[in-house]
Amino acid sequence: MLRRLLKDFRFGVLPVPGRLLAVVFFVFLFIFPVITSARYPLHVFNLIAIFAMFAVSWDLLSGYTGQVNFGHAIFFGAGGYASALLWQHLGWQPWATVPLGALIAACVGIVTCLPALRLRPPYLSLLTMAFPLILEEVLKSLPREIAGGHYGLRGFPLLTTSPAGEYYLILIVMTLSVLMMWKLTDAGSKYVRTGLIFHAIREDEIAARATGINTIRYKILAFAIGGFFAGLAGALYAHIFSAVGPAVFSMVNSFTIIIYVVFGGIVSIYGAVVGVYTLYPLVELLRATAISGYRFLIMTGLVILVLLFMPEGVAVWIRDKIERECPRCKLANGAWRKQCRACSAPLH
Amino acid sequence: MIEQLIVLTVLRGCLYSLLALGMSLIYGVGRIINLAHTAFFMLAAFGLYYLTSSLGWPMFASIAVAIVGIAALGLLVYRYLLDRIRQHGAAVLIVTVALAMAIQELMLKGFGSLPSSIEYVLEGRREILGIIVYDQQLLTVGVAAVVIVIVWLVLSKTKLGISIRATADDPEVASLMGISVSRTLMVTMAIGTGLAGVAAVLVAPLQGVIYYMWLAPLMMVLVIVVLGGLGSIKGSIIGAFIIALVEALVFTLMPTQAYLYTVAALTVMVVMLVVRPAGLFGTLFEEERL
Repeated sequence: MLRRLLKDFRFGVLPVPGRLLAVVFFVFLFIFPVITSARYPLHVFNLIAIFAMFAVSWDLLSGYTGQVNFGHAIFFGAGGYASALLWQHLGWQPWATVPLGALIAACVGIVTCLPALRLRPPYLSLLTMAFPLILEEVLKSLPREIAGGHYGLRGFPLLTTSPAGEYYLILIVMTLSVLMMWKLTDAGSKYVRTGLIFHAIREDEIAARATGINTIRYKILAFAIGGFFAGLAGALYAHIFSAVGPAVFSMVNSFTIIIYVVFGGIVSIYGAVVGVYTLYPLVELLRATAISGYRFLIMTGLVILVLLFMPEGVAVWIRDKIERECPRCKLANGAWRKQCRACSAPLH
Repeated sequence: MIEQLIVLTVLRGCLYSLLALGMSLIYGVGRIINLAHTAFFMLAAFGLYYLTSSLGWPMFASIAVAIVGIAALGLLVYRYLLDRIRQHGAAVLIVTVALAMAIQELMLKGFGSLPSSIEYVLEGRREILGIIVYDQQLLTVGVAAVVIVIVWLVLSKTKLGISIRATADDPEVASLMGISVSRTLMVTMAIGTGLAGVAAVLVAPLQGVIYYMWLAPLMMVLVIVVLGGLGSIKGSIIGAFIIALVEALVFTLMPTQAYLYTVAALTVMVVMLVVRPAGLFGTLFEEERL
């Protein structure tokens, strides 16, 4: 087992710079609390990890399956509100409410996709945009006893009391979710077919249906998976603040993650992670400087500039610079090689 | 009651149809969902405010400069930003959102977070159907009607209009016929933002200017273009009046919950899409438009 992992690392990770970077990055994340144990950086990294999960779940649904969702915040908010309401009305603890919140968000995903199933792309985006906005206003106008109204809900228990424990819990949940979504969308996988089918639905839904794929079922599945992980992120988000308000449904929340994903590179799980881990810390760092009032202006300017010169996203652009795909066996190689490392075909 | 509904609907409908027309044009011709459309609207309103209040220019010169300026800005944005990334749908979307947010931040920094007001072009008011209507509002209706007729004539009669419709129909064939697709899109974008500018100078005196004034109209305009069918000119004008009627109904029937008007409009859109997935006049397949 260990020997196989080592072998995988030596032949699958070391020769491919992109994968090596990813491994180094995750190792860094895991030893981060050793470097500093101050509360604030850990809190920021918790938020980043939560947004990374949220962004990757959007990428799975909108990037891979092509169901471009402008209202992904509805799943995030549904997860948060569901786990908060379960505590408030039934008194359940976080270890039960967080997974249940995610499951409820998955159900919300199934329900919202039902009217969206027969729509063409731009209409689908605008329809999905409408749902969280409607829910936000309705929540605000409901009386306070039911779901907190304008003020939202607060006072439910934190995940754990120690900052490092919370950090590791969120980091592990994030890593596992991202790995699961990466496997679910992996088109070359031998074990799961969903990746290939999601790609097929995005590229040509009619052709996919003609080859015997029940596209309706897989679109519902994509909405359910996207909703589940976004809801998980939302429930964790509610629990690290111990508060949740109607603002989680806002359009800003939906569009922020779309900006992260497109900035990093759409239709690539790592692109979404790179996008969140670049832009979010950047805005946080700018907050500490003298130009903090202009940080959103700087961020938007940066996004526009980057997309002008690398419209496929930063992570994809960088990967294309440091890696090259072998034309014969489709294996990823470092850009410095003249020959493929497996079949020694010349790389140009 | 009925009179109030009619007056409110006509007043709001004219504003919304001007905005939706521009949005629909640029979607229909270039398949670009320009989420910065109402940000241009806001920019024109702030431009008018700056010219009249801070620089003290006369009203009509400021109006002309604001409209022409915003159309030129739309043209430049297309030429230097959108034209390069037209093929990447997601990138276009994010660039327009980022642009809108940048404009909002700039306005917040430049003009502060408090609302400001602009003088009316026409003072005075009169009574129509028992409702008191300001002359400025009547001016809005009149100008909007004239502008819409002009746009319609340009699209259906002139050579420019023919090239715009040809590009909307099939960009590849249009470019084979010697039409420069990029240039047509650029002109369309200028027309669209110019229409937003016209809407801005008409309503800015009525409602004042504030840095978040782009958000609510954006929502309403998206609802309208979806309701009418994306890219359909006729649909967006009819959709504008339907949504204006819904808004007027919310205002008159439940004045205490008037802030729910966006919810009502969004609900109408959801119901519409469930019943007719392509909107009122939209096409499920790429057929002839207009």
